[in-house]
Amino acid sequence: MGRRIINRRLGYGGAIFWGALPFLAFVMLYATFSALRLADNPGDKLLPAFSTIGNTILRLATVPDARTGGILLWVDTEASLMRLGIGLAGASVLGLIGGIAIGLIPYLRAGLSPVVAVISMVPPMAILPILFIVFGLDELSKVMLIIIGVAPFLIRDLAMKVSDMPIELLIKAQTLGASTWQIVLRVVLPQVAPKLVDAIRLSLGAAWLFLISAEAIAATDGLGYRIFLVRRYLAMDVILPYVAWITLLAFAMDWVLRRFNRLCFPWLQRGLS
Amino acid sequence: MSTLSVRNVWMEYADQVVLERVNLEIPSGEFCALVGPSGCGKTTFLRLLLSMERPTRGTILLDDAPLSAEPGPGRGVVFQKYSAFPHLTVSENVILGLEFAGSPVLGKLFGARRRAALDQAETILASVGLSGARDKYPAELSGGMQQRLAIAQTLVRKPKVLLMDEPFGALDVGTKAQMYELILALWREVRMTVFMVTHDLKEGFSLATRVLAFDKVRLDPDAPGAYGATVTFNLPLDEKAERADIVAKLPFAPV
Ligand SMILES: Nc1ncnc2c1ncn2[C@@H]1O[C@H](COP(=O)(O)OP(=O)(O)OP(=O)(O)O)[C@@H](O)[C@H]1O
Ligand SMILES: [Mg+2]
Repeated sequence: MGRRIINRRLGYGGAIFWGALPFLAFVMLYATFSALRLADNPGDKLLPAFSTIGNTILRLATVPDARTGGILLWVDTEASLMRLGIGLAGASVLGLIGGIAIGLIPYLRAGLSPVVAVISMVPPMAILPILFIVFGLDELSKVMLIIIGVAPFLIRDLAMKVSDMPIELLIKAQTLGASTWQIVLRVVLPQVAPKLVDAIRLSLGAAWLFLISAEAIAATDGLGYRIFLVRRYLAMDVILPYVAWITLLAFAMDWVLRRFNRLCFPWLQRGLS
Repeated sequence: MSTLSVRNVWMEYADQVVLERVNLEIPSGEFCALVGPSGCGKTTFLRLLLSMERPTRGTILLDDAPLSAEPGPGRGVVFQKYSAFPHLTVSENVILGLEFAGSPVLGKLFGARRRAALDQAETILASVGLSGARDKYPAELSGGMQQRLAIAQTLVRKPKVLLMDEPFGALDVGTKAQMYELILALWREVRMTVFMVTHDLKEGFSLATRVLAFDKVRLDPDAPGAYGATVTFNLPLDEKAERADIVAKLPFAPV
């Protein structure tokens, strides 16, 4: 009794209850308004009933498409994840090389960091038409959009992390006889690798944005393509599950990357408690 | 051999003279303690000896040759903080110097060569009392253990000159006493030339064979940066019985 609200803690069950509450509220609100609208007009497409959505999901995930013969949800997911994966991998490689080069070597910093700073200010969506013209309308331009959109952020972030490394460590490595290359390999790379993973986690949102935009404009498959395709028929029963699915995928990728950091860089956790 | 000559060295930053007219002749194998008030330039002097920076005037000679322009394996260093690599275990930290020397491309040893390096590291780890902690990461070590690791890591390259910046500043009295024995034993064994910055005059006098006191001899109250510090006392401690007297004569109070 009488404790301030900032001092009242809740248990595990309480945390789950309060965490689930907004989701439950959302589901109930949706169900209510959907029922109301459907009672008014059984053909309403804006807020389809859960049963309709369920049937659509079942169809998308199990029944081959009449026109292409593929099962749409998996075909779209595979295409999108492929583009996203290649794009992020390319951006990571660029980020790592560029970040270490700029953060560690004064000549490269002088030469590259203004260019990178300017490029990172170019809105990637604005040059999407150029990408389509240069790289064609198929896979390459979509991957390039993700790379161009994400790499400058990764480069700048990693360059900052590298130059934030205590100078003592670099000096120490030199007094142990390390060459620049050995310093990169044994001192800098292992220490910025987990930072790269964190930076990728932060740029997942942007990467998905670029992916879906590119797919919406020019593609024949992919999650973004499907959403924008069925928009014409107001097919909310497709759009809503797709959005939920994309969210789940993004969430899972974030989780996997976090686990990856824990597993591969045990020294990050040691001695913290 | 590692005789060090400092000839009329000045260190000036934009608006401030930090060191001026520093002249020293340090014979090989000397254990020098650098003392002086805070901010007088002890760390700066150490950075010059390490080639982290160049003096603005004057020269530093190691065995009659100018000091190389960048840090290298001839001069080992123990910093007060960040002295070990956080992503490597204790034994990996120690063999790192051997790996740099033995593997130019990968900087990493494998198989039998790695085992040989680990054996060598084991001897050094035993001498600093870290055998039991060989698989821990630096963040899991106490402050004293981290400094012992830093020393072990440095010794593996057998530096001719060992530079230490307040290496025991953060340790408690008991741990300090252990570290003194350790560093003296290692120094007697290897006989490298040691420069150790310390705030603790007692520490300096009990460990060192020569005490170098830095202080400003000229002071302009209107322009505090106009003059720098220099070596005001250069005391080879041949007769250690006089220690108490020397402490009393120093121009600043023990901190
Ligand atoms: N990079 C720099 N640029 C400008 N001034 C500097 C720089 N490095 C050090 N100084 C100045 O040089 C002076 C000496 O600094 P230094 O760190 O060598 O002192 P110190 O004797 O080691 O002090 P402490 O005992 O507190 O560690 C200080 O007044 C400091 O402000
Ligand atoms: Mg200092």
